[in-house]
Amino acid sequence: MNWQWFHRLGSPRWFYEKTGRWLPWLATLTAVLMSVGLIWGLAFAPVDFKQGNSFRIIYIHVPVSFLALAGYYIMAISGAVGYIWKMKLADMVMKSAAPIGAALTFLALVSGAIWGKPTWGTYWVWDARITSMLVLFFLYLGIMALQVSFTNQQQAASASTILALVGCANIPIIYKSVDIWNTLHQPATIKFTSAPSMHPDMFYPLLVMIVAMYCFYALVLILFTRAEIVNRERQTRWVQALNEGQ
Amino acid sequence: MHPVRKQRLFLIGFVLVFSSLAIGLIVFSLRENLNLFYPPQQLVSGSVPLDRDIRAGGCVVPGSVSRDQTSLKVLFRITDGVAEVGVSYQGILPDLFAEGEAVVINGQLHSDGIFEAKEVLAKHDENYMPPEVAEAIAEESQQQGVEHQKTCGVISYDS
Repeated sequence: MNWQWFHRLGSPRWFYEKTGRWLPWLATLTAVLMSVGLIWGLAFAPVDFKQGNSFRIIYIHVPVSFLALAGYYIMAISGAVGYIWKMKLADMVMKSAAPIGAALTFLALVSGAIWGKPTWGTYWVWDARITSMLVLFFLYLGIMALQVSFTNQQQAASASTILALVGCANIPIIYKSVDIWNTLHQPATIKFTSAPSMHPDMFYPLLVMIVAMYCFYALVLILFTRAEIVNRERQTRWVQALNEGQ
Repeated sequence: MHPVRKQRLFLIGFVLVFSSLAIGLIVFSLRENLNLFYPPQQLVSGSVPLDRDIRAGGCVVPGSVSRDQTSLKVLFRITDGVAEVGVSYQGILPDLFAEGEAVVINGQLHSDGIFEAKEVLAKHDENYMPPEVAEAIAEESQQQGVEHQKTCGVISYDS
């Protein structure tokens, strides 16, 4: 099989030039979806019959948690691709995904704590869902630390890829934790197999926020990767030409 | 595929499979210990340590909540549909605490069978709806007042 096309795809320069054209569109789309979702969810969605207004933090908490988990797979897969094919671009994507994932996991933990106080009566409880989410946060931090602890870029990429792959086992555990064990955290509202256990008036803004968060993630990942490309390829002629052009 | 790349692909697969297997086995062996709370069934059957800090969880039996008139002391019973346990608590209950709702309680089980709570947490479920919809559902099912939480609604409270 001819793998030439695959390697061309991994050219940092190609990525930089292509994404440069997408960025304004993606940024606009993200801004529009995010504003629609936030205003709809926080101002116009009806209050919950039990939790009142405090349930509205779901419009932040669920989208950031989704991306904290999905972002881990994106990071692990790009790490594996970079490891197998020694593709520089994939390594750069992986390095860029780690701090974004860490920030999202942190936001998920903090927004969950803020939600927990008025509903459960406590900020923090060591149940399976929350603890496994904290483990995810430390995994992200560990990968970020490994990335900067090698002077050789390729060694850093290999080491952090191995850690990322080992940590992959945590993602299904986080997802299924509320079903396997007795937890204080409630089971999932959005299910793959059945309708969401949420009134449509509340669910549609949540859906918009989830899509907005995916766009936001893509946008930030592209921006971080572009910065990484320019940093690592600063000796090349095309980056220097980019510099002179400005 | 280039043999070196194939080798690296196998290595990735090996790491993924075996680390998942190892972590899966650890989690499997700890599955009971990772539960946040004991259900009343286990509290009654004597399989939990007495006079030590543990957590209990269940649904508050409707009609069982009795508040002291002069202090913050409150007595109620929790059930999992199989067994019931009496709980005594002194303090402020969370807003979502109500009869027919789920709670998780931090405290100690004493030999008299009463669970002395130090902290009461309300466990809410995954259902969200506007108040009008909740009222409509409650009217339709001929229930008085609000709809009980789904996990607690299926329990028959006449044990």
